[in-house]
Amino acid sequence: MNAYSVDHSHDDLHDHGPPPGLMRWVTTTNHKDIGTLYLWFSLIMFFIGGFMALIIRTELFQPGLQIVDPHFFNQMTTMHALVMIFGVVMPAFVGLANWMLPMMVGAPDMALPRMNNWSFWILPFGFAMMLSTLFMEGGGPASGWTIYPPLVLQTGDALPFLIFSIHILGVSSIMGAINIVATIMNMRAPGMTYMKMPLFVWTWFITAYLLIAVMPVLAGAVTMLLTDKFFGTSFFDAAGGGDPVMFQHIFWFFGHPEVYILILPAFGIVSEIIPTFSRKKLFGYSSMVYATASIAFLSFIVWAHHMFTVGMPLAGEIFFMFTTMLIAVPTGVKVFNWVSTMWRGAMTFETPMLFAIGFVIMFTIGGFSGLMLAMTPIDFQYHDTYFVVAHFHYVLVPGAIFAIIAAVYYWLPKWTGNMYDEKLGKAHFWLSTIFVNILFFPMHFVGLAGMPRRIPDYAVQFTDFNQIATIGAFGFGFAQILLLVVAIKCIRGGAKATNEVWEGAHGLEWSVASPAPYHTFSPQPVVK
Amino acid sequence: MNTLHRTKSGLFGLLAYMTTSSTWADWELNLTQGVTDISRDVYDMHMFVLWICVWIGVVVFGAMTYSMIKHRKSKGSVPAKFSHSTLAEVIWTVIPFGILVTMAVPAANTLVRMEDTSDSEVTVKITGHQWKWEYEYLDSGVRIISSLDPDSRQAAALNSGIDPNTVDNYLLEVDNPLVLPVDKKIRFVLTASDVLHAWWVPEFAIKKDAIPGFINDMWTKIDEEGIYRGQCAELCGRDHGFMPIVVHATSESEYEDWIQAQLASAEAEAQSADREWVMDELMERGEGVYGTYCVACHQPNGQGIEGVFPSLVGTDMVLNDLDGHIDVILNGVEGTSMQAFSTTLNDADIAAVVTYERNAWGNDTGDVVQPATIKDMRVQ
Repeated sequence: MNAYSVDHSHDDLHDHGPPPGLMRWVTTTNHKDIGTLYLWFSLIMFFIGGFMALIIRTELFQPGLQIVDPHFFNQMTTMHALVMIFGVVMPAFVGLANWMLPMMVGAPDMALPRMNNWSFWILPFGFAMMLSTLFMEGGGPASGWTIYPPLVLQTGDALPFLIFSIHILGVSSIMGAINIVATIMNMRAPGMTYMKMPLFVWTWFITAYLLIAVMPVLAGAVTMLLTDKFFGTSFFDAAGGGDPVMFQHIFWFFGHPEVYILILPAFGIVSEIIPTFSRKKLFGYSSMVYATASIAFLSFIVWAHHMFTVGMPLAGEIFFMFTTMLIAVPTGVKVFNWVSTMWRGAMTFETPMLFAIGFVIMFTIGGFSGLMLAMTPIDFQYHDTYFVVAHFHYVLVPGAIFAIIAAVYYWLPKWTGNMYDEKLGKAHFWLSTIFVNILFFPMHFVGLAGMPRRIPDYAVQFTDFNQIATIGAFGFGFAQILLLVVAIKCIRGGAKATNEVWEGAHGLEWSVASPAPYHTFSPQPVVK
Repeated sequence: MNTLHRTKSGLFGLLAYMTTSSTWADWELNLTQGVTDISRDVYDMHMFVLWICVWIGVVVFGAMTYSMIKHRKSKGSVPAKFSHSTLAEVIWTVIPFGILVTMAVPAANTLVRMEDTSDSEVTVKITGHQWKWEYEYLDSGVRIISSLDPDSRQAAALNSGIDPNTVDNYLLEVDNPLVLPVDKKIRFVLTASDVLHAWWVPEFAIKKDAIPGFINDMWTKIDEEGIYRGQCAELCGRDHGFMPIVVHATSESEYEDWIQAQLASAEAEAQSADREWVMDELMERGEGVYGTYCVACHQPNGQGIEGVFPSLVGTDMVLNDLDGHIDVILNGVEGTSMQAFSTTLNDADIAAVVTYERNAWGNDTGDVVQPATIKDMRVQ
């Protein structure tokens, strides 16, 4: 597909590197710098959120309370989720988008570079504020990341800070999403029609619209909490004519599309990696695009499956059950397409491919439990148990997180100009895969056996599987240090990467040098 | 559901044996079959969907594995050129859709039955409180409060030094269980006084949120006498993990006897509020009330948790402001987890706990509060 031409005769204008010193990172408007900032931020938050998870798992190693008070335990479950969702998965995807989207569509940079700088730099402040609530009078938020009233209104001094930090993260996400839409719509190279765009670009394009649609809904919901607590309104208080369940409807109208915000870019990543290492074109490109769009549409009409137990009318329960089950169809199409891409290819199994295959298998396992959860009458048994915890961790950890790690290994040689250490990469994959299953698979069993989620202590019959899960958690957590080691080693040196990096790689990003020059595609490439 | 029974394979039979056999009690792997018609339906549907997932998994992962072994470059595989097939895509859209329909129809049928609360014979109102359940038998007026039993509470304190394995039914035992008759359609109406809770007993396969200011309902009809345990299933604050549910399902005659006994003791209790109480009596009762209702937040030493739950030791209210003290217990403090106890506790309980709090932990005010005083304050 190297059917484009680049005129290198004007390179002297844009070949200069970044300005030296720390201010480079503060003032940068370069998409690659900002992508790097997002990715490092996400990695740091990954270790912070992981540390919280280990506190949770340590307390759950045996029945009885050994290390933390239940109130602090609830703060940990709440903050772990907020950090992992808003601080790890979303920024990592935005970081990858920043680095790769302009290079994939043949653009010199993002469409709105100054806004790009701002949308990153408000993030650390938002999270500093959110994490600081842990040290406030009354502790951090302890009502779960879903912040349901009336419980969340019992939060101490932390509440307004939590709400303000959610606003900041929302503003950051919306700006990032607008930038991505503007870039894709306006900056594609001549000849790069919509149906020629790489799938990672497509999935991000759709994700960006989801973000723009639902982040304001979350902002509205938390603002109503704020006015309920401090300004005498009763949106969610029955005594004043409000309804606590209304919050759940609004929250999940944001929350379910949010779930797909966390997974659609992962679909895109896997759809890039599997064809490369199968040395075969992606099977069913257009059906992949349509399936992504269908999933995005369905995400707006399934929200109440998160709240089947609130006592909805029968017709409502049946509607949301059917729409939810319907999601299995386009998601199935995607999985079948990936398998068909591998079918009769010529596969090699470098680290990115291993993580991508791990994604397909374990995301599908999460999809199966999702299908079970969709069935309302049996959901009454699963709802708010560890079965749900197992389900969403399977789609988010060996799902979203594995895809992000796969993307890092896949594009790291393009970013640094060096090949990463393949042995360490493979060790990272196998340790992660083994331990992630030791961690999350037993949760299916304790959930079915009746262990509710969000409890700091449990009846003794749940002990064995909880101990296994805790061992898995520590194994998985420590295995992630390898990711840091591989990344640092790769930045510092290693075998030189070619422009194409991977034998089967196609696309504009592989046509530029490795490492990618500070400014790419100033004379526009032409896609034929 | 009969067709579902037939789809169970031998492997499932083994699994069922493993999960019901008592030697595997510590290795509970699967959903309970429960003790109601609905719960068995739900279990069958769960197994049906599980096996569908397993078979889809076998096909998809099998194809992947075959491909990963056969179609690798090191084996000299040459990539094929195909990149789409309309026929294949139609097939794998239509077949999954058909499978979904076979799942959706029985699910909708069961759901319709689950939501039909008409023609019930017994009605129990369930009210969730932080962190205990209140049960009111609407037919007879009997009202009980059910909270975690003291043995579990003691063992569950941070670093209590008590091994939970030595406590019977650790975290799944209560002081006053809910007593229900078997073979009767029982309707539950649910609400809450403070935050959201959810009432769940796995053996009945029913779970519903208890929502302050709103009424939900659900029903069950228990087939077998026995003791069934469950837990709160909606995060409700610090002690969410410590408000279990215990149901004693008994024969109808035992149930009637129990109702009569409850009515008699409530009558005796009401009369005792009118007499004069002495200090020791109040202190003893107060300690019990404190241990059930107050200790979770204000802690055994009365000092609360700094920044979260206020201390009761040496504070101005406890030492000097008797009316304020009683008022807080009767009416609660809005916007905090201090709830109003005016409907939960009777006059003697409140008099006793106020007396206890004003004389325990070195407060030593010497105040003796009579139930009659509480009665007067309620009127105001």
